Amino acid sequence: MRYYVLCGRDDSFCRDENMIREITLGQYYQADSVIHRMDPRTKIVGTLVFIVSLFLVKNMVGYAVAAVFLASVILISKVPFKYMVKGMKAIVLLLLITILFNMFLTPGETLVSVWKLRITKEGVRQAVFMALRLSFLIIGSSLMTLTTTPNNLTDGLEKLLKPLRLFRVPVHEIAMIMSIALRFIPILLDETDKIMKAQLARGADFESGNLIKKAKSMVPILVPLFISAFRRANDLAMAMEARCYRGGEHRTKMKPLSYRRQDLAAYLTLAVFVTVIVFTRRVVLPFSF
Amino acid sequence: MAIILDHVSHAYEKGTAMQVMALDDISFIIPDGQFIGLIGHTGSGKSTLVQHLNGLLAPTSGNIYCDGKDIHDEDYPKKELRSRVGLVFQYPEHQLFEVDVFKDVCFGPKNLGLPPKEVELRAYEALKLVGIEDEYFYQSPFDLSGGQKRRVAIAGVLAMKPQVLILDEPTAGLDPKGRDEILQQIASLKKKTGMTVILVSHSMEDVAEYVERLIVMNHGRVLFDDTPGAVFAHYEELEKIGLAAPQVTYIMHELNKAGFAVRTDVTTIDEARDEILRLVRA
Repeated sequence: MRYYVLCGRDDSFCRDENMIREITLGQYYQADSVIHRMDPRTKIVGTLVFIVSLFLVKNMVGYAVAAVFLASVILISKVPFKYMVKGMKAIVLLLLITILFNMFLTPGETLVSVWKLRITKEGVRQAVFMALRLSFLIIGSSLMTLTTTPNNLTDGLEKLLKPLRLFRVPVHEIAMIMSIALRFIPILLDETDKIMKAQLARGADFESGNLIKKAKSMVPILVPLFISAFRRANDLAMAMEARCYRGGEHRTKMKPLSYRRQDLAAYLTLAVFVTVIVFTRRVVLPFSF
Repeated sequence: MAIILDHVSHAYEKGTAMQVMALDDISFIIPDGQFIGLIGHTGSGKSTLVQHLNGLLAPTSGNIYCDGKDIHDEDYPKKELRSRVGLVFQYPEHQLFEVDVFKDVCFGPKNLGLPPKEVELRAYEALKLVGIEDEYFYQSPFDLSGGQKRRVAIAGVLAMKPQVLILDEPTAGLDPKGRDEILQQIASLKKKTGMTVILVSHSMEDVAEYVERLIVMNHGRVLFDDTPGAVFAHYEELEKIGLAAPQVTYIMHELNKAGFAVRTDVTTIDEARDEILRLVRA
């Protein structure tokens, strides 16, 4: 069986066009760039800082700085821009609602009025800002998932959250659960595909009928799927126990995370970026946008 | 009903860097009532091929005809096709889902929209065909043994009364006894119903004894398509692609080399025995 370790690019594990091909999970884009090689902790912290700094932005200059920053990171990462747009598709509706609500419902100086609805100058400004903020936010975070394998991401998260162990939070166990869950997604998708085909071969029909009938037609897929998931979980637990797995205490890693020069450079760049963003708050533009 | 494959190709991940040609220009005819073995190494495209025969996968190029009609025409009844070309997947026991064995076997015929009485009659007949005793009918399918589960799953497809039965690695993961049981059952089923049977396997030993035609696949292409005896004559080429002829083939070839005038195209142990005895007596 071909297991694409944790969702290779696209959805290679669903092999048939007309079945569950559309489901895309984990969107790691394979490329060789500084960003890809960076420590996952740097990327997680970087993304968080970037998102927070977006909320510090007060005017167009700030957004311009953020846009330049984001664009250069994308360029360095070697991920084609269309993959960013892919991430945006998910929030198109949210974006639209945000824009409309802000445009019509912000009180202020009226620009255009249609029937009872008024578009205000402040509204337009607010809508543009919100849309930019949301898009940057999504692009920024999808950049992180595009350049980091899910495994690396959980590793980074585990290490970042380690201090929480002082408060008896089982950080290692949570990270383990996360990585196992992620590992199982492609396997279960593969399994779903197989079961679906097997039931189709027995004349099952998943498309026609009303909602209730459709829901009912899922039973022949879900029951075997759950059974197989439990079976696999059992096998995995057995295999882990056979190798004396006992949680995070004194556990070492095959590839321990370590900061390198590129991470230092990244943190410095980030610091400069935040400073510039804070500075832009003070810039007064000659026009009121 | 004859199935015709006309220059069928199938590519996974078409148009990407990871494009794989799973099937590469395959053409052959499956006439009525043949017992065919489809052999190939893992990844040779045999599973992909059989999924084309009942329209679960569509070829990226080429056509498949069933009784003279293209099965990928807009108005072709896919469901009916699937009832006529029964496909038993690998590890079919993983598709069982109903509360009892009998209901599970009813699933197929019920989907065909048959009246309840007919559905139950067919389920009963199918379970009998695969040798499941009445006492198991109302047990949960999950309580059965591995071999029994598999037979129930095969019954689930048989209950649709297919004219062509395709079994994808029906013996995978079974012990030698379970394997022989399943294979013998399939052979007797073939004899009783006269349907076309396509047995997919990667083991020559499994199929050699039963089939009358052997299709050998490698890298998505048909390498040989002939009677088992004729295919096994190419045993050296078969080895090159990671397959092997049955052991008797080797013995007969060795005997032949050693100067005994035995026929080398025998495929089963029984035939080999007769052949050697013939020589000894002569």
